[in-house]
Amino acid sequence: MTTRVPRPLHPAAWWGWATALAIAASRTTNPLLLGLIVSVTAYVAVARRPATPWSRSYLIFLRIGLAAVAIRVVLFALLGTGPGTHVLFTLPRVPLPDWLAGVRLGGPVSLDGTLAATYDGLRLAVILVCVGAANTLTSPRRLLKSLPSALQEAGVAVTVALAFAPQAVASVSRLRAARRLRGRADKGLRSMRGLAVPVLEGALDRSVDLAAAMDSRGFGRRGSTPAHVRRATAALVVGGMLAMLASSYALIDTQAPSGLGLPLLLAGGLSTAAGLVVGARRGGRTRYRPDPWRSPEWLVVGCGVAAAVVIGLGRSTDLFPATSPPTAPSLPLLPALGLLLALLPAWIAPPLPRPRGVPSGDATGAAVVPRQTVGAAP
Amino acid sequence: MIRFAHVTVTYPGALAPVLRSVDLDIPEGELCLVVGRTGSGKSTLLRCINGLVPHFTGGRLAGSVTVDGRDTRHHPPRELADVVGFVGQDPLAGFVTDTVEDELAYGMESLGVAPEVMRRRVEETLDLLGLTDVRDRPLLALSAGEQQRVAIGSVLTVHPRGLVLDEPTSALDPAAAEEVLAALTRIVHDTGLTVVLAEHRLERVVQYADRVVFVPGHGRAVEMGAPADLLAHTPVAPPVVELGRLAGWSPLPLSVRDARRAADGLRQRLANVAPPRRTVPRRDALAELRRVVASYGDVLALRGVDLTVHRGEVVAVMGRNGAGKSTLLAVLAGLRTPTAGIVSVAGAPTAGRPARDVVRRVGLVPHEPTDLLWAQTVDDECAEADRDAGVSPGTTRGLLTDLTPDIDGDLHPRDLSEGQRLSLALAVILAAAPALVALDEPTRGLDYPAKRRLVTILRDLAARGHAVVLATHDVELAAELADRIVVLAEGEIVADGPTADIAVASPVFAPQVAKVLAPLPWLTVSQVAAALAG
Repeated sequence: MTTRVPRPLHPAAWWGWATALAIAASRTTNPLLLGLIVSVTAYVAVARRPATPWSRSYLIFLRIGLAAVAIRVVLFALLGTGPGTHVLFTLPRVPLPDWLAGVRLGGPVSLDGTLAATYDGLRLAVILVCVGAANTLTSPRRLLKSLPSALQEAGVAVTVALAFAPQAVASVSRLRAARRLRGRADKGLRSMRGLAVPVLEGALDRSVDLAAAMDSRGFGRRGSTPAHVRRATAALVVGGMLAMLASSYALIDTQAPSGLGLPLLLAGGLSTAAGLVVGARRGGRTRYRPDPWRSPEWLVVGCGVAAAVVIGLGRSTDLFPATSPPTAPSLPLLPALGLLLALLPAWIAPPLPRPRGVPSGDATGAAVVPRQTVGAAP
Repeated sequence: MIRFAHVTVTYPGALAPVLRSVDLDIPEGELCLVVGRTGSGKSTLLRCINGLVPHFTGGRLAGSVTVDGRDTRHHPPRELADVVGFVGQDPLAGFVTDTVEDELAYGMESLGVAPEVMRRRVEETLDLLGLTDVRDRPLLALSAGEQQRVAIGSVLTVHPRGLVLDEPTSALDPAAAEEVLAALTRIVHDTGLTVVLAEHRLERVVQYADRVVFVPGHGRAVEMGAPADLLAHTPVAPPVVELGRLAGWSPLPLSVRDARRAADGLRQRLANVAPPRRTVPRRDALAELRRVVASYGDVLALRGVDLTVHRGEVVAVMGRNGAGKSTLLAVLAGLRTPTAGIVSVAGAPTAGRPARDVVRRVGLVPHEPTDLLWAQTVDDECAEADRDAGVSPGTTRGLLTDLTPDIDGDLHPRDLSEGQRLSLALAVILAAAPALVALDEPTRGLDYPAKRRLVTILRDLAARGHAVVLATHDVELAAELADRIVVLAEGEIVADGPTADIAVASPVFAPQVAKVLAPLPWLTVSQVAAALAG
């Protein structure tokens, strides 16, 4: 085997792989299969995460997922619907007024229902974990960078918007400190109300500064593209995307006219593609060191898609274990083997470039951003 | 290269123009320094060059500005991006991407530069600005000096013919400012770039300038000339020039080196005179820090700091960006609870106490003075500060007028210039007459006359028994104002002593006068002036 040049995998490949696994997760409630998906994403994330600040987001998403399971189960216990075959315990019933006749608060909590709620929550949690894995393996900003050139300006707008939340949090804490410095209360509702206007003003000021900086650096330059080409590009892309959005409703909603979904999806896809191709040709912008899309990218996405397809081949009794009466879930062989395919990217993906300043050794597991020496002149 | 013809700029709603019939012709390849008082229109002048005025700011521009033959009336900033690069004071405010290489490439991507060319220019720029070691770092993880160099690099990669910088070093510590200016002069020498630069800290830049543009403000005529000629009569001048004026040297020296060569006679005259020293009557301790540790997550900002501040004393806290100066002030003002150790001001701790009680003991002007201001007009702000502090109406406005005269009371605080805003924030804090006044980097954006008034006000406070602690990079201010200098490094106090000892002992913290008159222990022009007069 030839030595492989270390490089980061194309962000879209990781997102494709993670999306496919999320789809696989959405096709089952079997806790064993769901657990397998979590193990697969965890292994790949640990093996291939770059040493960047966002590479810790896997754990954050895992925690959010567990919280989702807990909330789902607690809500079920409080609002659950009637007794099942096995009653675990009985909560005191809260009497509700007549106009809430359909809602029950408290009462018996059954094992069947709790199990169903847990499975359901688990499925959501695993989908979240898949998103977390993608976030860990590549930053959303990298993905935005590899948008087709017709969408690049929209991508920059999203990047700028993404920076808003952390900046707003920072300015809230600064302004609360400032209130304290002027001898006013820095806690309570009244003080929060007083903060809203300055925080927004600050955000607005920053946006204007940034807009001025971007304008000064040539953002939104007309270049040599004629106006009608630009308008056509925009119309094709926006129209196509709207069509695809409408078609997804038509495909999911069983009551929509059936023959409409697929043609609309195709037409929308074609229109968007045409817009992107025309946009790519206008040549107003170029891209610095774009991530290449080569065979490892195809293989990584392929592994994910294969897992999502193979899981669908399982019997529905295996994929959706019965909860009423409760039965122990079994691990179906074929879907499990399919999911193991999704583990391969841990070896298929090219090795990560070693971060500068970190001594040789294990570069993959090192979430180390080297400590900088401030203002040190060479 | 850059030509202003009868340019008059009036902002919307303003009664008088900021700039009135400005005629300028800045030739190719020059480093042109724009000087003037706070709020005199320097920034407006700079922003005219790449069309931000009036395309972005609104207002009316009469006359014409042409850059490399392009008239800014017909070319908005984005269409001028390939001929002139603009770098503002706060590099973080202008960053579009999140890593060094991407930021350097961003402008070229917008202009559609071919990928091979981009790759080559990024490498060249990394070398030119000494950024190779940090090329793949996140921008937020860089030091302030590195960030400013990235900001300069990010506009240089498109190979503009002109570069406009608005106060590029005012937020930097002396060493980081040296880095940026050294990079800048190298670029001017290597590429023949035309640079237009505004800076309040003239002592840092004036020796590099080929030409000075003086913006007097109030719509009076803008002057341009050789640095030594023009600085002979401008109200803003670095200490070395003031010393030259005082001693009557001709031509005026612009650098410490020139001044040292001219200063032989002066050194002899002063050799047997002891510099006048302020004698601080030893009073009781006001603030005490004992083994104070403060941390952000797992990063220690202060590692066991012991410090006592006495009433009537002015203490300057110095050190690199990130050495822990701001944290020290935050701990004093009770904004941060120390992880370990004891902080007490006027006999009681500050953290966790009610704000109303703390502000009478410690008043802190934060690094971002705008945070303190939230009213809609300057007058409202002053009235609110009077109420907050429980003092008679007009107190804050009076303090403000002492600091910076003639600020229009109907203006929105955000429409003031950087220096005017700082004055307002300072006035708001001083209204409560706190026992200890702390200031975080108070001279950012202040011109020399405003600094002198700040010194007078703070010395006056100290004389009345208040204590003043200021974190600053400004060695000239520290020399003029402080009784004592405390140097922080990596969260520890590495030096603590009388100003004269610390400032003369270290080349980094020595003011210009000390460098010129070394080995004599003189620190400021006013000391020398007093000695020569008496």
